[in-house]
Amino acid sequence: MTPRRQRMILIGLVAAGVTISAALALRAFQENLLFFFSPTQVAEGEAPDDRVFRIGGMVLEDSIEREPGSLTLSFMVTDYAHSMPVHYTGVLPDLFGENQGVVARGRLDGQGGFVAEEILAKHDENYMPPEVADALARSKEAGSP
Amino acid sequence: MIPELGQFALILALGLTLIQASVPLLGAATQREDWMALARPAATGQFVFVAVAFLALCHAFLNDDFSVRYVAMNSNTALPTAYKIAAVWGAHEGSLLLWILILSTWTLAVTVGSRSLPEAFAARVLGVLGIVSVGMLVFTLLTSNPFERLFPAAAEGNDLNPLLQDPGLVMHPPILYSGYVGLAVPFAFAVAALLTGSLSSAWARWARPWTVAAWMFLTVGIALGSWWAYYELGWGGWWFWDPVENASFMPWLAGTALIHSLAVTERRGIFKSWTLLLAIAAFSLSLLGTFLVRSGILVSVHAFASDPARGLFILLLLSVITGGSLILYAVRARHLTVEGGFRLISRESFLLMNNILLVVATAAVLFGTLYPLFLDALGLGKISVGPPYFNTVFLIPMLPLAVLIGVGMHSAWLRTSGESLARRLALPAGVALALGITIPWLVFGRASALTMIGVSAGLWVVGAALLEPVKRVLRRGAAPMPLTRGQWGMSFAHLGVGVFILGATVTSSYNVETDSSASPGDRWEVDGYELVFRDIRRIQGPNFEATEGEFEVRRDGRLVTILTPQKRVYRVQTSPMTEAAIDVGWGRDLFVALGDPLGDGAWSLRVQVKPLIRFIWLGALIMAFGGLLAISDPRYRTKRARQEAALDPQPAESV
Repeated sequence: MTPRRQRMILIGLVAAGVTISAALALRAFQENLLFFFSPTQVAEGEAPDDRVFRIGGMVLEDSIEREPGSLTLSFMVTDYAHSMPVHYTGVLPDLFGENQGVVARGRLDGQGGFVAEEILAKHDENYMPPEVADALARSKEAGSP
Repeated sequence: MIPELGQFALILALGLTLIQASVPLLGAATQREDWMALARPAATGQFVFVAVAFLALCHAFLNDDFSVRYVAMNSNTALPTAYKIAAVWGAHEGSLLLWILILSTWTLAVTVGSRSLPEAFAARVLGVLGIVSVGMLVFTLLTSNPFERLFPAAAEGNDLNPLLQDPGLVMHPPILYSGYVGLAVPFAFAVAALLTGSLSSAWARWARPWTVAAWMFLTVGIALGSWWAYYELGWGGWWFWDPVENASFMPWLAGTALIHSLAVTERRGIFKSWTLLLAIAAFSLSLLGTFLVRSGILVSVHAFASDPARGLFILLLLSVITGGSLILYAVRARHLTVEGGFRLISRESFLLMNNILLVVATAAVLFGTLYPLFLDALGLGKISVGPPYFNTVFLIPMLPLAVLIGVGMHSAWLRTSGESLARRLALPAGVALALGITIPWLVFGRASALTMIGVSAGLWVVGAALLEPVKRVLRRGAAPMPLTRGQWGMSFAHLGVGVFILGATVTSSYNVETDSSASPGDRWEVDGYELVFRDIRRIQGPNFEATEGEFEVRRDGRLVTILTPQKRVYRVQTSPMTEAAIDVGWGRDLFVALGDPLGDGAWSLRVQVKPLIRFIWLGALIMAFGGLLAISDPRYRTKRARQEAALDPQPAESV
């Protein structure tokens, strides 16, 4: 083979490799996009029934209920316009609590509730997840004429 | 008084940097030696004044000067002294000052290390570094002044974020920044070469040790961050594909590609414009990382600032530096002539594939990191990209890369016979494959296809890295030529990659994680370990109070260790914090974290057994050690006369 032919083969291999990885990457990307919805958006039916997504808002006061002796609990997440129950089994993050911002990853259970696989809470006292702050601001706007 | 002195020193440093960024470059363009000669004293002066400013801030922290806003926000009289020092770079303003201090330290190192370079070239390198310094100093002075006073002074400080009160975090930012910022040096070399309009093989030899040094710091810095996240933040995870992690990982990937491309440019005089582009890209990704982390657009423990002016300023700086260098590249790079091509089966060709794969991985990570931000900025909804995306797009290019590492190391420059390569590597490849398939079954009794591929790949890289050194050691007397430091460095760095692959594969495949509830007196079993919840008690720390659990761990009736995880509440910033307890071992880590009280004395607990997790950080340290060996190769310290000599033919196997 001449060096020129060899180089053409190399370029061809590279182009094929890059195309295949780009295609695979895009597919992985499509499958792993996580959308974020507020309780109001879920109530209005914007959230998908069959996909994992994230929901966020504040934990409603006096809404945390634990099943005695187990790691299962449920609480209400609210943007002060709408609320919805979230069910979760597992260890909670340090900063989970009433009247605190929370983001949960999971899916709808088909009975008006949300089953969380993971609960994220904010990192410090002053910080509110931007998604949550945004959702709260929007529901406030919508609430006032 | 002293804080004002610090600010004054910072302004003086800016003045000197303005000289450093302009006069030497003009001097190099007009060939005025007296102007070029200004570069070194200006850079040295800049370092001195930045250091004075940094020490002034340290002084304010050590003396609890709460009339300085930054100190009042991030320190407290009860804070242990070591953490008062760490608090200097614990938040936005101070960490920028650290960034600048490290940049001026690198610049100082270049003034010393560039004495053997042509005068005009050294002046250009220092001038370009000066431009970067000007940008960062102006940014600090205008938007993020750490010396700003607070009237009236606070009686007590707001304390350092409890998450950052940790020994790992004392070292993580300085080392990571040394890597981040160190990439400015190869960037400056690249821009200087573009300004000069020529690029010799000697250029690559000058740039290589600097690039490897920065890469080394970056490697250790990322590993430290991962280690800290593991025991402090992550409930036992070691990598989350968090945008902030990606921000430091992308420059690392680009820097790794750059190191390999530089090797080709030095040895064979090809890939020149590609090397320059990578040098520009690596530092631009560092700046992008700084922007992502410091602008407050990310949700993370690192996102201190949420002042839009700051984000805008860094974005502007990023576009000036990256845009400017890319325009320069577009105009000048095509004048760099390429001497000669290369063949399909040769080290050049394998290194080219290495570069493509690394760049593909960088691009995929970049895409996943930036896409949600763009979508959000355009108001098209809030999304996030989950770790499965990153795992997939990262593994696809990395698996072939692992295979190529072994082949590339054993192929020669110019051309290698495919047959002899196959003959030499067939045995190691076969052994790695056989062991990779059998060992997981023998040790763990189960294995997925991906696990077997991962273990095989890890063993293959380890074997390929050790093949040559072991041969030389075994045949010490008869060896035709001892390995150079550079070759030892290459072997160690790749050995580190292999060790890392083994650790990451085994930990991800065989991690046992259980969440459970338990009360004092309970006994239960996790993955062959018997845990006894002995006691729970309250304890007092210097600036926190904690609930501490005591757990006895037994295996086959024998006491393994006693673990005492804590739940801390710091007195000033009252947010609770989990301090996991970890029994460290070569073979596995045992990780116990206290969750929250469930009532009736019961607690939620997370217990994890993580096999080989130490290999992940050990691998990173071995990689960095390889870098250290490579830098110490004496040929980087040859005299100017030899460096400017034409490329001499080198033995085929040297790096």
